[in-house]
Amino acid sequence: MSLLKGKRVAVLGERDGIAGPVIGKCLEETGAEVVFTATECFV
Amino acid sequence: MDLQSQDTIKRLAEQYGRENVVVILGSPDPESAEIAAETVVIGDPTYAGPLAEAQLGLAVYHVLENPIKEQIPEEMWEDQIGVMADVLDADGIASAVGAIRDQA
Repeated sequence: MSLLKGKRVAVLGERDGIAGPVIGKCLEETGAEVVFTATECFV
Repeated sequence: MDLQSQDTIKRLAEQYGRENVVVILGSPDPESAEIAAETVVIGDPTYAGPLAEAQLGLAVYHVLENPIKEQIPEEMWEDQIGVMADVLDADGIASAVGAIRDQA
């Protein structure tokens, strides 16, 4: 059974890692519903 | 973790039910991944935000972990993440997040 299918996903990306929209794009075909996306930046 | 993000995640867990929410991280290193994972599982370790002492116990993964990577089409993975998977300490990050997940 798919880990993400039917799940609501909150994406917490980081500027110096992998950004939120990039992760969200990757999840498009997983059956998950992305309900929150953020890209945090720590300086 | 940003306080606004904490508040949103708390609200989402309440709205959809903890068992239906998954958090996926894009942290750049094991230390920051561990803190972010801990925040959504055990509570904000800095006691600064809405998730301080809020043991949500949410499922949390980093996008570089195999259970997530395996669900992403290979071409999409290479296009979107590819290089970052080589640059970041994927094993260290997976270990850190997995250790927090085991505490849920």
